[in-house]
Amino acid sequence: MDFQLSKMHLLQQELYRKFAETEIAPLAHDMDESEVYSQELLQKMQKYGFFGIPYGKEYGGVGADTLAYTLCMEEVSKVDASTGITISVHTSLCCSCINEFGTEEQKQKFLRPLVDGSKIGCYGLTEPGAGSDVQGAQTVAVEDGDDYIITGSKVFTTNSGFADTCVVFALTDRSVPAAKGMTAFIVDLKEMPGITVSENIQRMGIRAASNCIVTYDKVRVPKDRVLGKVGSGFKIAMKALDAGRIGIAAQAVGIAQGALNEAIKYGKERKQFGKTINSFQNTQFKMAELQTKIDAARLLTWRAAKEKDNHGNYGPYAAMAKLFASDVANEVTRACVQFMGGYGYCREYPVERMMRDAKITEIYEGTSEVMKMVISGSMKLK
Amino acid sequence: MKIVVCIKQVPDTAEVKLDPKTGTLIRDGVPSIINHDDKAGLEAALELREKVGGTVTVVCMGPPQADVALREALAMGADDAYLLSAREFGGSDTYATATIIATGLRKIGFDLVITGRQAIDGDTAQVGPQIAEQLKIPQVSYAEELDVDGDYVIVKRQYEDQSHMLKVKMPCLVTALSELCEPRYMHAGGIVDAYNKDITVWGFDDLKNDLNPEWIGLKGSPTNVFQSFGKKPKVAGTVLDGLSTEEAVEKIMAMLIERHII
Repeated sequence: MDFQLSKMHLLQQELYRKFAETEIAPLAHDMDESEVYSQELLQKMQKYGFFGIPYGKEYGGVGADTLAYTLCMEEVSKVDASTGITISVHTSLCCSCINEFGTEEQKQKFLRPLVDGSKIGCYGLTEPGAGSDVQGAQTVAVEDGDDYIITGSKVFTTNSGFADTCVVFALTDRSVPAAKGMTAFIVDLKEMPGITVSENIQRMGIRAASNCIVTYDKVRVPKDRVLGKVGSGFKIAMKALDAGRIGIAAQAVGIAQGALNEAIKYGKERKQFGKTINSFQNTQFKMAELQTKIDAARLLTWRAAKEKDNHGNYGPYAAMAKLFASDVANEVTRACVQFMGGYGYCREYPVERMMRDAKITEIYEGTSEVMKMVISGSMKLK
Repeated sequence: MKIVVCIKQVPDTAEVKLDPKTGTLIRDGVPSIINHDDKAGLEAALELREKVGGTVTVVCMGPPQADVALREALAMGADDAYLLSAREFGGSDTYATATIIATGLRKIGFDLVITGRQAIDGDTAQVGPQIAEQLKIPQVSYAEELDVDGDYVIVKRQYEDQSHMLKVKMPCLVTALSELCEPRYMHAGGIVDAYNKDITVWGFDDLKNDLNPEWIGLKGSPTNVFQSFGKKPKVAGTVLDGLSTEEAVEKIMAMLIERHII
């Protein structure tokens, strides 16, 4: 058992940390206010490999692993959770589906530009009437010669405002439950006629991320865009979410650590009752508790990442990491706003943004309640 | 074109503190970085390679931990890396350091050597020029712009309140200012590659045939630091206002005499 990062991972962490502090942090406030993600920043991250971390060099990826990817997610989310989700949806939802289930030809054609930094990906599963209950999906794909014709609507599609490629899930057989009748397709969001992407949905947190409604109106998709087998879409979607949760857990760890770092910095300067507020034992004990919880969340996240890298059954580990880390992110950010008092509540300081951003980690890519279903499902309780 | 960049691993002085008793740097727990000027030199080398082709080799003299500085340079895009590391090299001053590095450089071969102007931990600005002297090649220090034209480098050299444009035939050595280039980040994939590459480590035995042991290490160093101390802050000066020239001279003279300065 070794809790030390390898030298290679330490250098990865240094890159992500330095980039986040220098390039992302100065933009985070304005992007949150404007609800627009900087395309210039996006391109800069693509250039340095941030969008292909756990994918092989043979497809133009970075050739690192899930652990390195969690380091990236934590470091960027420390300063801006919107950047975290932008990278995460692309990497662990869109790319992972193609990487795991695509044919060699599909990987060369669709995965390569996604992981080498030329294109951005997204993932369309959630529908207005089908969130945690994926079985309620209504989007259909009807066979028509060499094509399928997709009709329906997907909501909360992260990155869809600027993404090129989307892995979208549609029912190809309505006579059976979605678990057996759903198929995954690779679509070109910007090029295929019939696709409409809405304005950015107004949200409480991660406001800079692009998150829109994508409407498919008789969109003609060639059959060579079918990912995996016809009817295996549900399995593909769930597998991607298992992996995605590791990224969200790392994002939550990052939000928590970022907020605590801000609070510590503030508490060194801020004086009340004649001394800095960090010199009160109540503060020190609270900080100690919060840091311990963040470390525990980080270790759960790294365990899930290592299990995935070792090709183990990482699903329950990923769910535990996300369940715990998202709870910690909410507790820590709330405590940091409280600690910084009126200033913590002001938008001039980043902790109120971090508190708003933390909430979504308990909701997306499986709510905390769904995490408990996944974890208890692995415990042989019945 | 074969460009060799000399880099030094230094403590990040943004986070370093001085020991109030000894006046020396407290290095414990302080992160190590590639010296800023050297990193700018590396960036310039990478940009030249993109423009005219060739290779970029990085060389570092230091303890085994300096390996990470070379990995970082590889992750930025350098082709290969050499670490000059031996107990015998320890305690070298600028002259002895330049002797060792020059010996390594002769063995590696080069068209253009780039070093940083100076290291943030020593601030001597001597090693680059001394390497050039030992290699008996022309040198241009304080480069703020660098380009290549055939067998020549064109350098804009910072010189007090002016700049000089110089054209120098290679092989030659250039010392880089931080202003020369804004260094790129490492590439995430470059980091993976950097750890799949071998760094050549040369110890004393690898260089001893071309190296006089009397000229290296503490023993071979003509200079020694015998004391480091902090400067005391100066007190505010006195302003004499509203006086004629004669009055001012008289007043200043009186003050100097009063303090037994003249």
